[in-house]
Amino acid sequence: MEHYHMNLTLKVWRQKNTKSKGNFDTYKVKDISSEMSFLEMFDVLNEQLIKEGKLPIAFDHDCREGICGMCSMFINGQPHGPWQQNTTCQLHMRAFKDGDTIVVEPWRSQAFPVVRDLMVDRSAFDRVIQAGGYISVNTGNAVDANAIPIDKKKADEAFMAAACIGCGACVAACPNGSAMLFVGAKISQLSLLPQGDPERESRALNMITQMDKEGFGNCTNVYACEAECPKGISVANIARMNKEYLHAGLGTEEN
Amino acid sequence: MVLDAKVPHGEMKDKWEDYKGHVKLVNPANKRKLEVIVVGTGLAGASAAASLGEMGYKVKAFCFQDSPRRAHSIAAQGGINAAKNYQNDGDSVFRLFYDTVKGGDYRSREGNVHRLAEVSTSIIDQCVAQGVPFAREYGGLLSNRSFGGTQVQRTFYAAGQTGQQLLLGAYSALERQVALGNVKMHARHEMLDVVMIDGNARGIIARDLVSGNLERHFGHAVLLCSGGYGNVFYLSTNAMGSNVTAAWKAHKRGAYFGNPCFTQIHPTCIPVSGDHQSKLTLMSESLRNDGRIWVPKQKGDTRIASDIPEEERDYYLERRYPAFGNLVPRDVASRAAKERCDEGFGVGTTKMAVYLDFKDAIIRYGKIEAGKTGNEAAEDKNIWELGQKVVEEKYGNLFKMYEKITGEDPYKLPMRIYPAVHYTMGGLWVNYELQTTIPGLYALGEANFSDHGANRLGASALMQGLADGYFVIPYTLGNYLADEIRTNAIPTDHPAFAETEKAVSERINTLININGKQTVESFHKRLGKIMWDKCGMARNEAGLQSAIEEIRKLKKEFWSDVKIPGEVNEYNSELDKAGRVADFIELGELMCLDALDRNESCGGHFREESQTEDGEARRDDENYSYVAAWELKPDGNWDLHKEELSFEIVKPTQRSYK
Repeated sequence: MEHYHMNLTLKVWRQKNTKSKGNFDTYKVKDISSEMSFLEMFDVLNEQLIKEGKLPIAFDHDCREGICGMCSMFINGQPHGPWQQNTTCQLHMRAFKDGDTIVVEPWRSQAFPVVRDLMVDRSAFDRVIQAGGYISVNTGNAVDANAIPIDKKKADEAFMAAACIGCGACVAACPNGSAMLFVGAKISQLSLLPQGDPERESRALNMITQMDKEGFGNCTNVYACEAECPKGISVANIARMNKEYLHAGLGTEEN
Repeated sequence: MVLDAKVPHGEMKDKWEDYKGHVKLVNPANKRKLEVIVVGTGLAGASAAASLGEMGYKVKAFCFQDSPRRAHSIAAQGGINAAKNYQNDGDSVFRLFYDTVKGGDYRSREGNVHRLAEVSTSIIDQCVAQGVPFAREYGGLLSNRSFGGTQVQRTFYAAGQTGQQLLLGAYSALERQVALGNVKMHARHEMLDVVMIDGNARGIIARDLVSGNLERHFGHAVLLCSGGYGNVFYLSTNAMGSNVTAAWKAHKRGAYFGNPCFTQIHPTCIPVSGDHQSKLTLMSESLRNDGRIWVPKQKGDTRIASDIPEEERDYYLERRYPAFGNLVPRDVASRAAKERCDEGFGVGTTKMAVYLDFKDAIIRYGKIEAGKTGNEAAEDKNIWELGQKVVEEKYGNLFKMYEKITGEDPYKLPMRIYPAVHYTMGGLWVNYELQTTIPGLYALGEANFSDHGANRLGASALMQGLADGYFVIPYTLGNYLADEIRTNAIPTDHPAFAETEKAVSERINTLININGKQTVESFHKRLGKIMWDKCGMARNEAGLQSAIEEIRKLKKEFWSDVKIPGEVNEYNSELDKAGRVADFIELGELMCLDALDRNESCGGHFREESQTEDGEARRDDENYSYVAAWELKPDGNWDLHKEELSFEIVKPTQRSYK
């Protein structure tokens, strides 16, 4: 792999707290290696700002290996930047060239208020999970793990839905700020598995009710969520969620 | 204080059953009155908080991330061990116990390890019941794979995302308890001290990382599930936020620190590419099931891997350790890689890397797949395609990750890998009940020292975190809390809370007012370099002594010249980091001291003075068969207490994987 260095202009959203008004500030960074990750480039910029006596840019990050779901930058109009199926922390600077201007914003969504600069509050996702994103089995209640065989195809599909890292890129990508890919993935995972069957109906109803309460928008089949999802979660999960919801809704009426 | 491990008497296989049968219980009405603080929401913390909430205790859980689901257990890739023997290959609780004690190079406590092996099977049951989508075979039953240091297949996995799936299972159980009102969750909070009243842990001081405000929280007991301290090396596979602060504050309040120098250097990580590097990325050990590790036979060979013919490759692990081959334990594999690179056989631009090659695996799987369709005479190209598909299903996400970071396609060129700091076996000293030397203060998961001795076997960290949280603490905590039912919740205006908060506040103000010239990051990098060079994969007396001097100097410099921008009462990541780095600096000194004291090689701790003629680690059971438990004195020095290890079942022998 050919390595090179570059100078860049960054336009970064700065916002002191949830209530204050934000604005873009422009920064220059020099001699950035193509081998750096995008966040390492931000480390360079922040070290530079601290040395100049300025406040570093606040951004969420933790594992830096694309699995914790904490990083969340909206880069040149795309959540997690230009690479497909990728998180910001795994985006590397070889995606850019010398002289580029890069615009970096936080997730924009009513349900994800900005905490500071590029950090947002995604606790709405936790509350949606609290509404039913689990199987009610207390510790110690389980039967032998092999007591219930599960069709490999279904188990694999459940796994693919479960691969969601809860980063919120789907919401940020959606013009309606819909969380249906996130919610659909969790409902799918649990409804595909026999263990999740008993709570199937209440789970779908409660999670969707909570999702609406949090201020997430509706799905209008834009599919930007799937296109921008770092883990390639399929919109088929939204269809499955709608099916579960419909089934649960009809079931409730009968009762 | 005499260290009492409180391991129950009786036969090894009966200890835990007997303990459970006789342990004190707390009735449901009293549980509702008892409050428990859980710090950290990884596998140990989330599973403990959820289980204790289910039992009826009032739980408060804390994590520094924006959600409990982000804890670094999520990044564990390869799998979780359990003695299910689903493969009918001779596994048993005894074998898992034996392998773990041997793998830990006879520096762990047998009683704890046996219990771990016993509860391992329940963990898998629990996780499946929660909807954790483990890999399955076509018949619908669970699949297993091999991991280093064992000769059976007992590792359960979910592609290369096992930690993620297990953590999301524990997280969902935790969120269910939050919804039921049994657990109160405090995200974006960091524990900054333990509050001690009459010699017991009675609460914590936590900082709200968004507002910067300090908070007081009471608990009848405090559980530290705050993970390991690999970030003392600056570069490690840990998350950026992983830190020792919670454990270190406990240490400063009197909890002994066990075996601090026992660090695991994982053999298969993506090599360092330059000074800008902020962290290292692991490539799961499961890759060693199918990947073959080699370097060129010729020193300084600059040909690309595919141009080096078979007979000019040195599969050095297979050569040195024919019985275990590429599946030797991590410490052995790491040292062997370092040895080859130090001798000048390394590859890549930095020459500090070895190859991990899947070529043979792809061809082998391709032939099997072709055979399934009766197409034994398939062309090489087809065989390759079929084999690549199998490898992709097993390790696809890891291959993708490698490609993203390095820009190279590992299906075409072998991966370049090098060892990196990954896990810390050391941690707060705990007894059989997971209680530290402070009554009411417990340590679970990687934060304690107890189960892995001097080297942890692959797929055992997830097992231990969940064992401690789901199946150990729910019993052992009751034994303490049963005597606490008459203790009313202590109001947080108690002088001990006020004094502790004041001390925390003063330290924060001191830090921010130093107003020096050097950034927190620059100090952290310097500490990491000292630790890696002198307390890393190979250690010697002179190096460790000079490291201690350097660290003391660094500490002085830090406290007089660190520069922290911003204010105390706002979100301030530099301030958070400064507090953590200050603790890492102190820990670094203790690690070197411990490494200096232990003049033997065992597991991940390799003292150059103690090796066999062919360069293998030489353990010294006569002099060092103990857990080093360090007590911090008020003058800033440490006293060493020894917990002598006795081996009733697994008789220590020189570990051999040949």
